[in-house]
Amino acid sequence: MSAEPILRVEGLSKHFPVRNVWKRRIGWLRAVDDVSLEVSRGEILGIVGESGCGKSTLGKTLMGIHTATSGHVVFEGHDIAGLKPHQSRKYREHLQYCYQDPGASLDPRWTIRSSLHEPLIVHTALKEEQREQRVREILRAVGLPETHLDLYPHEISGGQQRRVGLARILTLKPSVVILDEPTSGLDVSVQATILNLFLDLQRAFGLTYLFISHDLSVVRLICDRVAVMYLGRIVEIGATQAVFETPRHPYTQSLLAAIPKIGGPRVTDSFALEGEPPSPTNLPSGCRFRTRCPMAQPLCAEQEPALRADWPAQRAACHFAE
Amino acid sequence: MESELIAVRNLRVSFASDAGLARVLDGVDLTIGRGEIMGLVGESGCGKTTLARAILGILPGNSARIEAGSIRFDGRDLLAMDQDRLAREVRGKEIAYIPQDPFTAFNPVFTIGTQIDDLMRYKSPLLRSAPQMSRRERSRADRARVLDLLRLVQLPDPEGVLRKYPHEVSGGQRQRLMIAMALLPEPKLVIADEPTTALDVTVQAQILKILKQLARERGVAVLFTTHDLGTAYEICDRITVMYAGQEVEEAPVASFFAQPSHPYTRKLLDSLPSSENGIRGIAGEIPRLIDPPSGCRFHPRCERASEACRGTRPPRDALGPAHTVRCHHPLIAAEQAA
Repeated sequence: MSAEPILRVEGLSKHFPVRNVWKRRIGWLRAVDDVSLEVSRGEILGIVGESGCGKSTLGKTLMGIHTATSGHVVFEGHDIAGLKPHQSRKYREHLQYCYQDPGASLDPRWTIRSSLHEPLIVHTALKEEQREQRVREILRAVGLPETHLDLYPHEISGGQQRRVGLARILTLKPSVVILDEPTSGLDVSVQATILNLFLDLQRAFGLTYLFISHDLSVVRLICDRVAVMYLGRIVEIGATQAVFETPRHPYTQSLLAAIPKIGGPRVTDSFALEGEPPSPTNLPSGCRFRTRCPMAQPLCAEQEPALRADWPAQRAACHFAE
Repeated sequence: MESELIAVRNLRVSFASDAGLARVLDGVDLTIGRGEIMGLVGESGCGKTTLARAILGILPGNSARIEAGSIRFDGRDLLAMDQDRLAREVRGKEIAYIPQDPFTAFNPVFTIGTQIDDLMRYKSPLLRSAPQMSRRERSRADRARVLDLLRLVQLPDPEGVLRKYPHEVSGGQRQRLMIAMALLPEPKLVIADEPTTALDVTVQAQILKILKQLARERGVAVLFTTHDLGTAYEICDRITVMYAGQEVEEAPVASFFAQPSHPYTRKLLDSLPSSENGIRGIAGEIPRLIDPPSGCRFHPRCERASEACRGTRPPRDALGPAHTVRCHHPLIAAEQAA
């Protein structure tokens, strides 16, 4: 990556206090712990991991929905991690967050037109005609007719509501969009339509995506690079092809081995990973994966491995990965 | 088949709603043999869960109506049976249920042990095999079986789990408990309704492994509903595909993936994201069941559709041993099928 990354994250942490019934703090839940990564302009970075690994918290902390405990988020040259919401608003105009079902966030009592105008009223000083022009342009881009502008959300189908939700995010011409589990809960035939829409929009608007998902087969198809998270840490990051074809970290290896492969050997005959992730409030010492790791050695309990850049297109945080 | 355990024939179920009558199941046939794992695959709204619930006799009484059909289970017609007898003798005992969501299936205010004891009080297989046993003896014998089974589903510390409340164990462990509880009454059929949808992939692999292994060892038949063809491939012997309330194809797992014959099955397989297929959807939308398309319900989205498809629903054509398809223009005709 030669050019300056559009988004640079350094040592970002988000710790939530754990309190007992008397509201005394009894510990910390380290949802995101010392995460560093870079996103270049125009790429799709996948963030994968199981539930509770901190991938959504990472997205929300980048967005400023959660305030970072420590670390830096440099977006288009400005560090926005420590800023108060009102201070960072002007930078965050170009950083947008897309929830699982963007259609669900439409106000049922507003017409589609009002919903699409609102972000422009909040963030820009555009006149009404200019806003209307922008809104129509975006609506066409997501594949909806302009006649929909005067309808209410309940008058259009769920898929169309999703498109309106996306249009709403795009009216501000963002450069980076964080997509949080955008395809979970969708049937395969609908999922394809949505994914193709994302890819078309990326090309049309030159977008950069952070694609947060637990669906590895989708990530493999659409992401340029992928970061694997386990209990708040990135355990492996690299080019999608490298990570999927030659996973280095034992966790990535088991994660990939768990996906059913039609026509291949059955996972139920071969899968070996035991147990479930430990609680993030009570992390094991050293490497967080060691309690389930088939390769764990005494060293893993003593020292937490850092991301090693020992391979051409990927880095992994493991003492013994080869 | 003389070894058939359950045979659903021409089942029609409709739901009353404000917008009209929704025909959710439209003449469904399904047969499961003893000890067989049958996958029921389809997109949301295709009627998988309704079929599962109709077999269990737990359709919502105020809105659902069974209009026609029969469900023969082990020599009895479940639809003709008295409701009390069904609840006492069949449901939960001979036909067990594993729900999709292990988070809401437990009562949060009782310990897991209490809830298992309650189950065994009414559904213990010893009630039938050893009716002379006193209650205390029976509960002691049952407790040993419970612990055995909890070990078989690989729960760490089975005694400790019994003293815990449902919120104290993880989702994967709760689904293990659900499998154990479904198997405790020694059922002949287990209906597993998307049992791994709420779980992560690594936990899903563990759960599927346990379910498959236990069903095999105990000769229990499983009706496994899922929208994920990958998990169906993992554990099923045969697969039935449903579309908008009709079953469209039924095949042994190998020929299902190698020689899909119904155009919908083909498209469903093609829409799985993979490097060969890229990202491909199915054009069109799932029809509204209040006013469904006539004939074959897939015809508005099908390139091979003709006048015949609009007119009548295709009959079940046998393509090979245990492979049937309902299509006027199947991709693979009977003579080509292996």
